[in-house]
Amino acid sequence: MSIAATHASDTVTTPTTRGLVDIRGVSKSYAGHDVLHDVNLTVQPGEVVAILGPSGSGKSTLLRTINHLESVDRGWVTVDGELIGYEQRGDRLFELKEREILKRRTNVGVVFQNFNLFPHLTAAENIAVAPVALGRLGKADARELALGLLAKVGLADKPDAYPRQLSGGQQQRVAIARALALQPKVLLFDEPTSALDPELVGEVLDVIRDLAKLGTTLIIVTHEIGFAREVADRIVFIDAGHILEVGPPERVFGSPKHPRTREFLGRVL
Amino acid sequence: MTDIVQEYGSAAPTEDSSATPQVVNRDSPDFAAFTVVHTRHYVRWIFGALVLFVVLQFLWSLATNDKYGWPVFATYFFAPAILKGIQLTLGLTVVAGTIGFLLGTLLALARLSKSPILNSVSWSFIWFFRSVPLLVQLLVWYNLGYLYPRLGLGVPFTDNYFWSFDTVTLVSQFAAAVLGLSLNQAAYSAEIIRGGILSVDQGQLEAAAALGLPRHVRVLRIILPQAARAILPNAFNEIIGLIKGTSIVSVIALGELFYVTQVIYNRNQQVIPLLLVSVVWYIIFTTVLSIAQFYVERHFARGALRVVPPTPIQAARAWVKTQWARLDEKPAAPEPSKAATTRIGGNGS
Ligand SMILES: Nc1ncnc2c1ncn2[C@@H]1O[C@H](COP(=O)(O)OP(=O)(O)OP(=O)(O)O)[C@@H](O)[C@H]1O
Ligand SMILES: [Mg+2]
Repeated sequence: MSIAATHASDTVTTPTTRGLVDIRGVSKSYAGHDVLHDVNLTVQPGEVVAILGPSGSGKSTLLRTINHLESVDRGWVTVDGELIGYEQRGDRLFELKEREILKRRTNVGVVFQNFNLFPHLTAAENIAVAPVALGRLGKADARELALGLLAKVGLADKPDAYPRQLSGGQQQRVAIARALALQPKVLLFDEPTSALDPELVGEVLDVIRDLAKLGTTLIIVTHEIGFAREVADRIVFIDAGHILEVGPPERVFGSPKHPRTREFLGRVL
Repeated sequence: MTDIVQEYGSAAPTEDSSATPQVVNRDSPDFAAFTVVHTRHYVRWIFGALVLFVVLQFLWSLATNDKYGWPVFATYFFAPAILKGIQLTLGLTVVAGTIGFLLGTLLALARLSKSPILNSVSWSFIWFFRSVPLLVQLLVWYNLGYLYPRLGLGVPFTDNYFWSFDTVTLVSQFAAAVLGLSLNQAAYSAEIIRGGILSVDQGQLEAAAALGLPRHVRVLRIILPQAARAILPNAFNEIIGLIKGTSIVSVIALGELFYVTQVIYNRNQQVIPLLLVSVVWYIIFTTVLSIAQFYVERHFARGALRVVPPTPIQAARAWVKTQWARLDEKPAAPEPSKAATTRIGGNGS
């Protein structure tokens, strides 16, 4: 139905920057309870950032503000200079129509902790549904794409399985393939392995490791310290809605500056 | 790399199944060779026999009590007047059911929307049509001509029409019946559909939004198919209720099945046989719908169940197959462990 609109988006596939995320002065509170407090963070295109922090520190909330699943009280988030929820004209910000927000959102893929695959669609259909609905691909091409992506995440033999017929690790890999189907500039992972058995964690991390090499911007909330140290270019440590520490893994893990970071790492390492 | 055995692996050993060092008590006897004596359920048998007796007695009376008038039943069962009544009953059900569920879906979506206007309009509609008895609604629609003799387009708040109709010609008996039934149905189905939509996990909405799916795709492709599982049993209840509920339109002298039956027995005084005619027809409709319900629900169970239950035909075929296999086997007691492994293998494939 929205073929015209989405063809337009096809022509914009030659960006000068791909996946620059800029978070400026973001604050957010729920019913007087501060969840994010003046958060500033710039993620360079192709960079891999791991966000660490204790439970309830606001990691998920921060991630959700990046693709406007959550609105912010103060500050703003841009992806390649575009505000996801608003449009700047002169010195005014206009709230965008839902359709426009949806289009901008496709620049940012999300992989959820509990997968959120569509249970009534097969693995391949889960992946193909968005490209078809957005008018980017025909049905046959979308299935082709889905099969290709499934092969990439090591599930070439499961295109017609329903999510409940897959193991947790396999479901999460389908979810990653689904997020990739829209060729997002930025991929957000919210604890992608924390719902998985230790045995299955490895297969999902392998897929993310491959993505990191391909140059997509990745922002990963994780409790897998070893993995964060290995793939991340930078580590961000959040506590109680404040970013306390940002830096390369060697530095943050080797000589944390903030006492809270030291305490947290002391507990999890 | 991960195959089926590994997925269901928690139950079955994944590697070295030959060398599994399971603790076996060598002293225990080999129970597989023993004959099993099942518990006798005497009370169950006694009650079963009692119920069976009552049922048989009733069937016997049906066959022998000539007051049931089976010959009259037989002459009228396919009578043209009855068949015409059936046509109208089914027509009303299809039209009112379709309008009811379509309008109900819109009402449910309006009720769940963020717009306060849509929300309250929908709420009021549901409130009103659930409050007024259907019988009263039908009579009001039928007598609309008394309230508003002419309906049409004109200057607002005046009686100057550009274009108008006699209400009585516009709202015929049939139209009054359709209006009454479908508006009433819409109010009830709206709540059923809303309940179904609410049962869909919030994470599904979030995932759909994160993928940038447009609203109509989210509703039609993601939410409603999942809501359908919760909606369907109630929806079939409603349709079955509607098909019998159409008999209420006999109050406005519309010739559906029940009205026709009444007309005939008022003429020939054969009340019971003619009531039986309509009862048997209603039973037939309900049976067909119940069978349809099984298959429709099965269709929407895709993905929700790991293994979709077999259709009765598949189940019967499987049963015959196992019985056949049992005949082929030697009459020796089947080995329990063997039976278990075949079942697990069957699940996996
Ligand atoms: N909708 C909401 N209403 C009220 N409070 C909320 C809401 N969502 C989150 N919070 C609160 O915000 C804080 C941050 O939540 P968030 O989910 O971002 O934590 P997190 O760092 O992701 O934790 P975890 O590691 O356990 O996932 C928590 O204290 C939580 O209780
Ligand atoms: Mg979280």
